[in-house]
This record gives sequence, structure tokens and C-alpha cells, in this order.
Amino acid sequence: MSKDNQVLEEFTSKEYEHGWTIDLESDSAPKGLSEEIVRFISAKKNEPEWLLEWRLKAYRHWKTMKEPQWPNVKYPAINYQDIIYYSAPKQKAQPKNLSEVDPELIKTFEKLGISLTEQKRLTGVAVDAVIDSISVATTFKDKLGELGIIFCSFSEAVKEHPELVKKYLGSVVPPNDNYFAALNSAVFSDGSFCYIPKGVRCPMELSTYFRINAANTGQFERTLIVAEDASYVSYLEGCTAPMRDENQLHAAVVELYAKKDAEIKYSTVQNWYPGDKNGKGGIYNFVTKRGLCAGDHSKISWTQVETGSAITWKYPSCILKGDYSNGEFYSVAVTNNYQQADTGTKMIHIGKHTRSRIVSKGISAGKSQNSYRGQVHILKRAENARNFSQCDSLLMGDQCGAHTFPYIDVENKSAHVEHEATTSKIGEDQIFYCLQRGIDEEAAVALIVNGYAKEVLKQLPMEFAVEAQKLLALTLEGSVG
Amino acid sequence: MLKIKNIHARVEEKAILNGINLEVKPGEVHAIMGPNGSGKSTLASVLAGREDFEVTDGSIEFLGKNLLEMSPEDRAREGVFLAFQYPVEIPGVSTVNFMKTALNKIREYRGQDTLDAVSFLTLMKEKIKLVEIDQSLLNRSLNEGFSGGEKKRNEIFQMAMLEPKLAILDETDSGLDIDALRIVANGVNKLRTKDNATIVVTHYQRLLDYIVPDYVHVLYKGKIVKSGTKELALELEEKGYDWIKSEMEVA
Amino acid sequence: MSTTTEKPTISTSLIESLDLGKFSIAKEQRKKAFEAFKTTGFPEAKSEEYKFTPVTRLLTKHFSAEELSTQTVANKSVKELLHPEFSENRVVFVNGIYSQTLSSITTDSKVTIQSLDEALTSNPSLLFDQLNINDPFALLNSTLWSDGLYINVPKKVEEKKPLFIHHLHDASSEKVSVHTKLFITVGESASLEIIEKTDTLGDQPVFHTISEEIIVGENASFNYCKIQNDAGQLIQVANTTIQQHNSSRADTFTFTLNGKLIRNNLNIIIDGEGCESHFYGLYLTDGDTLVDNHTTVDHKKPNSFSNELYKGLMDGKSKGVFNGKIYVRPHAQKTNAFQSNRNLLLSDDATVNTKPQLEIWADDVKCSHGCTTGQLDEEALFYLQSRGIPKATAKAMLLYAFAGEVLDTIKNEQLKNYIDSIVSERLHKSY
Repeated sequence: MSKDNQVLEEFTSKEYEHGWTIDLESDSAPKGLSEEIVRFISAKKNEPEWLLEWRLKAYRHWKTMKEPQWPNVKYPAINYQDIIYYSAPKQKAQPKNLSEVDPELIKTFEKLGISLTEQKRLTGVAVDAVIDSISVATTFKDKLGELGIIFCSFSEAVKEHPELVKKYLGSVVPPNDNYFAALNSAVFSDGSFCYIPKGVRCPMELSTYFRINAANTGQFERTLIVAEDASYVSYLEGCTAPMRDENQLHAAVVELYAKKDAEIKYSTVQNWYPGDKNGKGGIYNFVTKRGLCAGDHSKISWTQVETGSAITWKYPSCILKGDYSNGEFYSVAVTNNYQQADTGTKMIHIGKHTRSRIVSKGISAGKSQNSYRGQVHILKRAENARNFSQCDSLLMGDQCGAHTFPYIDVENKSAHVEHEATTSKIGEDQIFYCLQRGIDEEAAVALIVNGYAKEVLKQLPMEFAVEAQKLLALTLEGSVG
Repeated sequence: MLKIKNIHARVEEKAILNGINLEVKPGEVHAIMGPNGSGKSTLASVLAGREDFEVTDGSIEFLGKNLLEMSPEDRAREGVFLAFQYPVEIPGVSTVNFMKTALNKIREYRGQDTLDAVSFLTLMKEKIKLVEIDQSLLNRSLNEGFSGGEKKRNEIFQMAMLEPKLAILDETDSGLDIDALRIVANGVNKLRTKDNATIVVTHYQRLLDYIVPDYVHVLYKGKIVKSGTKELALELEEKGYDWIKSEMEVA
Repeated sequence: MSTTTEKPTISTSLIESLDLGKFSIAKEQRKKAFEAFKTTGFPEAKSEEYKFTPVTRLLTKHFSAEELSTQTVANKSVKELLHPEFSENRVVFVNGIYSQTLSSITTDSKVTIQSLDEALTSNPSLLFDQLNINDPFALLNSTLWSDGLYINVPKKVEEKKPLFIHHLHDASSEKVSVHTKLFITVGESASLEIIEKTDTLGDQPVFHTISEEIIVGENASFNYCKIQNDAGQLIQVANTTIQQHNSSRADTFTFTLNGKLIRNNLNIIIDGEGCESHFYGLYLTDGDTLVDNHTTVDHKKPNSFSNELYKGLMDGKSKGVFNGKIYVRPHAQKTNAFQSNRNLLLSDDATVNTKPQLEIWADDVKCSHGCTTGQLDEEALFYLQSRGIPKATAKAMLLYAFAGEVLDTIKNEQLKNYIDSIVSERLHKSY
């Protein structure tokens, strides 16, 4: 045991890799939240009147709401008046192309391993980079434009495609949906917008990299993806933040809208700063993600690898409205030190012959708490609905916790719903077998955990699967108890 | 190569090995036989460094180094290979990936360059022939859903890949039909050189028809009570373990 | 909380109108429980624990606060409800009051069986209500209980004869609201088997809370079967808490067929090492019956085993609710805990809500849960039909096989035959 503890010590003290900050001059709102701030944000972005009204309505509703108490996480009360709701890196004007982007910004993203210069990209991935609250650059826009694909920052979409934004904004996650969604609706600053026209198969991965840089700032971005009939898109988001002693709030909203025969694949590699080994600092990641399978035979697939954040509260969900529509949720959530995660999904079966599949792999180490919370709801008219859920938890060490809270509500007799969950520790026999073949303990744990999470990791686009594997190993190496 | 001196070992409070002495030289094959519970598998586990067993006395020297001070992975890197009686299943990890990791870790330890994917696959294809193992099996999760015979063949395949100096086969024959037994034994024989040694731990003489030992030792109540050549195994087969037991009780 | 403008809820009316002065026994406990009830009240519609089970709504609809806290006496003879099958060794309660005349106790004389009233009169320091159950209905029960039963099986007494506890209600002319309390201690290396049933005469609404506190001593064994097949308009909330000490064994079987609304809170507290716990449930519902089984197994000590299997067949407009929690506390290493919930929906209007939960704070454990909801396997049905079995029979056979997995776990042959006959009748009657 003592040796294991030593290894554990060593690796839990491992520093967060993306903990640096860069001095960017930024343009911020004063701390606090009020109608004035909402107006300020809207004005800063030169928004049309309808959007300001939309925000104000959300804000007024938010004021009447209470922060949810049901998640299995503990944190001191958030002072919503102590947060800066708008911070933008100062730029002279909206950059027209990359050469106009502040070189410091480009450097920031290069440090993250994301090149914004298109010729340097080896693989076909288009990137929208969002720093603090503002989208700073979007690559491959022209190439995508030839196919009629719109991939741009949210602010730009409001200006260039107001009819689309107006039509779909809040159509999946209404502004009054929940506390954090309402907050986001009032103060969201930027994010990505993506529109795939009818019959188009997006030829490259679209991705957004989010970075919180400024101190005392909340990040409230909004992503909206609309896939027209028989279109396809695969989308990935990645996120990091500097190491700071105070907790920072990230309350994003993601809406996916899939029409007939359309497919949206949404992958997340979440690596926000998790706080230090004593639980100080870190991001509160309170996110609402939901996809609507509006059309028949549509499909939405969520894949998430959650390794960061002090607290994670998110349930990427699918509303399966179209007949024969299909929802998937693949998740790996790793918690270490004092991290807390309460994450899972909702599969709401409304249409006939709808199918959903949930695969969740939780891994807890250190003193962390890791909860799966998920709902499968088969509504009365959802004839022949099918769901299969597999939720496994792996524990490393005797000071962490693993919790499983599935809700299964069936109102139609033709449904087949199957849920299985297991909790166990990493096998000593497995580790010894590896050791006997000359593989050391850290490598053995990484190997076994990656094997355990394989079903989820293989859902990720190739480019990011490797990154995710490394991230898992990094978060967990040596945490055998 | 291997010098075991007066090894005592226990699990929890129970003494299992009570003073084992054994010397193995390069090129030799030693068979360790004995009734159930005599400590055969414990000896194999102690050599490989399983933590459940506590060595309370004695020493083990391997190639001039103190084996007992080494971690299990370093023992493996020095050239000790244990073919497990019950090979472990690791879901999601393919044998190929597993072997690549292991081989490169061992090569790093020995100061050799790690193998790239191409040279690794070339090496693997070569070794596959030795044990007549189906390549598709190696792309599946390690030992998961393998039959008993497939698991044992996979062990010998791994042995071929890692080229150990000392191979310990722990009841490798258990649960094998005669064809599988022949394939496994052939694999082991093809891997024999004048520089490496093998310890075969077995309950039955059967395996020794295929892997012919230079020496046979009989283990009883945690001690080697009889040593001899391969004829001893035949005698044991004929007279049964009760012969040893009664002889011991008389003594 | 209510303001002056709002209509008072059944909770507030009850809290305001209740006078504890009318009780002469266990005054302190009642006061304490009532104080706690004041803070909980009846569960609100959004309450996580009662969100599918509208006890409060039904109570509000059928009872006034006064009716809830008033004991009504039986007018008619309820003798016709007695079961000849279980006449040998039985305790009978009529409208919540222990009936000396209908009871006949033939257990070992070393075993104490007394009405709780009597037990407390002779021994006022008897410690009960110690397990701190915070369910509002358990608190209400501790406040209002009219009578109950105290059973003590001393050390090493292995009582072979099952004790049948029968709760009879006369609801032929008046509403009935009854609160019964059971306190059972099974001493070291002792054993006890209990069968419990409720029956109602008439179709006036009945509200019955029952709280059972059972302490199973070291190496002791406790076997418990609850049969819920009440033809009346029964709203029942049962709180059963079993505390297990080292190397003890508990087997429970909860069998539910009828009633308006049945809520069972079964809590197993494993407070010793080397314990074994098996709990089974079968619910076959029809009409507008709602059955809600909430179970909790709390592994507080290492090296114990628990296994749970609940199965349900829902027909008509009935609703099945299942919530199973497994807790494994820190240090409860080497715990093996398994749980399974399987449901079949037989009609278009039946629904099921299940929520199995695992909360694990120890790493060296094996825990799993599984649940399924579906309908009859069409393939299997077709297979039977293709061998010449009529569809209705084939269906009944398959349903019976589904239920059989649970029925097979009943060890008491007489009891098994009795339940088996009810299940067969129900399945063949419907198909």
C-alpha cells in the first residue's frame, strides 16, 4: 500500500498543463449583473432590438429562479454580483482574416497546440477559437462556404444570418429551461454557429476551442448547430483555462437541431482547470446541452471526455421527436483530487421506433466524487422505443465515491429499456499481469483505464482520440489505491 | 542463472514454502511437481514477485542480482517470464497493444531503441507461426472470451515476443486437450536455447512427454523432498503422490 | 408554509388540530416525532421521494385532518376476513387495536409476544423508535400509533413456527385511519419468521401507516413476508427497517396485488460484518392500483452480501414505481451488493418508473444493478403457439415463468403454495 500511496501522491501533485495566462488587454464590463449589464453586452455587440428583448426576458425570468439543489455536488454559494459577465480581448476592429488577428492571440492558441494558420493544419479540421467571451478566429470559412456551410462566431451569425438565428435560438433550450440556461441566455457573449444545408455532408471536422483567460470572469458561450434534411456534421469542442485561485463560472448552452435524415455528432474534450490538489480554484462547469431530433430518421450522438473542472454539472440530452430517430451518449468522466462531477444524459423518446444508447464510464480517484445521473423517458406515443444503458464506475483508492442515479420512466408497453450498472475497483490481478510483462504501474493503469473507456474513446474523431487518451492517463497515472 | 536458497514464504499467516533450495543453469529445463497445495504455484508467484506472498527467509539470485529486491516489472525486464495458470482478462486492451507496450518498456530498460509499428508487426508475424495462434485473436481484448487453450497459447506467444532468459510455466497444461498441449509444448521447445532456462510447474507427467526436463523436483509441504531426472516423473506417475506422502510420513 | 391567504393544506390542518394530550403512552416519543413531522409535513407533489406517488393528494381528497387523527372502532364483525390457512399461530389487529379474542399464539413460551401498549406499560424503559427514520409517514406513525406489537425472541431460541400478523379493517360504514407499530428483536443466534397481511371489509377509504423496527442480533436469522392483496380502498405506507448485526441473515419477500396506493419503504441497515441479506419483491397490479417499492440497503460494515430482486407485471391503468438504493459506506470494503428490477407492461395505460441507485464510497467492492422494462417476448410466445398451445395459455405460462423466479425463493412451503395459488389465479383470470 505504501508504495501505491507514494505513486498516488506523486501523480496527484502533477501540475495542470494549460495553467498559464497571457497578458491580453481586455475590454470588460464592470462586475455584477443587472438589466444595465445585459443592455451593455447587447450594445457592445451591436445587437438588433429583438435579441436585446430576448436577453432581457431571460434575465427577468432568471431573477425569479433558484439555483438547482439536486445535483450531488457541494460548493460555496456563488455570488453572482461578483462576476464579470463580459470580457473581450481588445482588438482594433473585427478581424477580416487571420493576418489581422492580434499575434498574441494566435500565440495563445499555438500554446494550446491549436494552429489557426490554415496552411499549418495537417488534418481537415476547421476551428473557431473563442477566448474569454469572444470568438477570435474561424478557419476554413471560405472552403466551407463553397458548400453552403455556415461556420462562424455567434455574433457574426446574428449580423449575417439573423433569420436563422432568430428561428433556432432557444428552440431546443428555451431561455427559461433552467437556472444556468436562463443566466446564459441573458448574458451570453459569443460562441459558434453552424448551419449545414440540405443534403450536404460536411467534409471536415468542425471544432471550437474555448479558453478562459481573464480573471474574475465568467464564460457564457452559446453554440447552435442546425442540420438540414439529410445533412451530416461532426463537431468537436475543447476547452482549457489558466490556473487561478478563485473559482470561475462557465455556463454554456449548446443547442443541436437535426432535421429529417440528418446526423449531428458532437464531441467534447473538456479540460478546464480542475483546481489544485487541495481543491483550491478551478472552473464550475454548469452547462446545458441538448439536441433535438426533429425529423424522422435523424440522429444525434454526444461523446464527452470530461477530465477537467472543479465541478461539472451537465447532461447532454436528446429529444427524440422524429420517428425512427436515434440518440447516443458516450461519456468518460474522470475525477481526481477534490473534483466533483454530476453528469449524464436524458433520452426523451417521443417518436415511434426511437432508439437510444447510453454508455457511461466513470472513474474516480483521490478524494473526488463522481456521479452518473440519467433519465430515459419513454412517452406514451413512443411505440417500439428501445434504450440500452450501461453505466460503469471504477474506483481508485478508498477515499473517493462513485454514484449512479438512473431514472427510468416508461409509459408505453412496447418499450424495451435495459439498464445495467456496475461499480468495482481497478483489478490488482490485471495490474500484476502487466507488471509481469515489464509494464510499470503507471503505464499499466493508463493501459487498463484506456481499455475500460475504449468503447467511448473510439467514438471520438481520430485526431482527438489520441489527445483524449493522453489526457486520461495524465489525470490518473498512478492513482492506484 | 537462478539460485534459490532456503526460501520461506507465507500468505497472510500461513507458511507455504518452508525452505526451498534450487539452482538452475542456462540451457536447463527443470520440472517442479507435487500434489495440490504443495506450494508449486506459490514458488512461481514468489519468483515473479506477487505481493500477496511474503518471503520471510532465504535469498534468490538471478543472473548475479538479488531478485527479491526487484519490483515485478524489473524482474520481467531482467528476463523472468511467468506463464500464468489463470491468464487475466483486460477488457478494451488488445493483445497487440499490450505486447507493444510491454516489449518497448523492456527494450527501454535494456537501453535498446523502441520498435516502431512496422518492425513490431513484422516481429509479431514471425512469432505467431511459432504458437499457431490466430492473428485475429490478438486484435481482440486481451484474453477476454478466449478459450482455455487460446489463453495458454497467448501466454506462449507473449513469451516468444519477450524472449525471456527464465520462463516459468505455471500449470500451463491444465485445462488443455491433447492437441492444444502439443502446440503449446512445441512452442516452448522451439524457444529453448542454450542460453535460456525453463521451469515447468505441473501436477501431471503428461506435459513432460512433450517438454522433456533435465531435472525433476518433487515439492511437498513447501519443501523439495525428492530430486531426480525425468525418470522420477514417470515413477511418480506410476506410484502416485501417495507414494511421496507415505514416504515422507515414514521419514 | 401556508400564508393567511392560502387554503390550509392537510399538513397544516393536521399540525394545527392535533392534540397529543389524548395519548397516555410513549408521550415523549410522540412529542419528538410530532416536532419532526411539523418540519416535514406530508410530502409535496414535487418531493423527490414521492414524486410518482401522490399519497398527500389522495389523503387530501378522501380525509379531513380530523379523520386522519381519529381512531374509528369496528362496527361489524370482521371474522369473515380471517384466513384458515394461517390460523395456527396468529396475531390479529382490528382497526389498529390488538384483538385478544381473534389472536391465538402458539409459539415457544420463551418468545415474548405482547401488544406494544402492554409491553410499554410493564416496561416503560423499552427502547424503540431508535433507528431514526425520517420518512414523514414514519414520523406520523410514531406520533399517532394506536397499538402495536412487541416481539422478543431471546438468545438461541429458534422459533420454527411462522407468526401470522393480520391487520383487519372495517371500512363498511366509516373511513378508517390506523397507525400500527411493530417492534421486533431477534436475539443472538435466534430465529423468527413472520407473515403479514392486511384485509379490509367494505369500500370506504382506509389509510394505514405501519412502522416496523426489526433488530436482528448476531448470527440470528429473520424471515419476513408481506402480502398486500387488499380488496378495499387502501392507502398504505409501510416503513420497515431491519438492522442486522454480525453474521446475521435477513430474508424479505414483498408481494403486492391490490390496493389503491401501496408504498413500501424497506430499509436494510447492515451494521455488522459477514451478514447476508436477500430481499425479493413481486407486484402484479391491475385497475388503478399504484405500487411503490422504495428499498435501501445501507452497507455500513465490511464483508457483507446483499442481493435484491424485484419483479413487476403491470396491467390496466396500474402504475409500478421502484426505487432501490445501495449505499456502501467508507470502510465497508469487500461488500458485494447486487440489485435487479424487471418489469413487464401488459397494457397500453400501465406505466413504470424505476430508479435504481448506487452510492459507493469504498473501492474494494463488487456492486451492480440492472433493470429492464419491456413486454412479453413475442418470439417465445410464438414458439409456444407453434407447438399447439393457445395464445392465452402461452401468455399465462410466460407470465407465470416471469413471476416464478421470485416465487421460487420462498422457502416456507405452505406460504409458497398460498402465494402461488393467488398468482396462478390472477394470471389465468386475466388471460
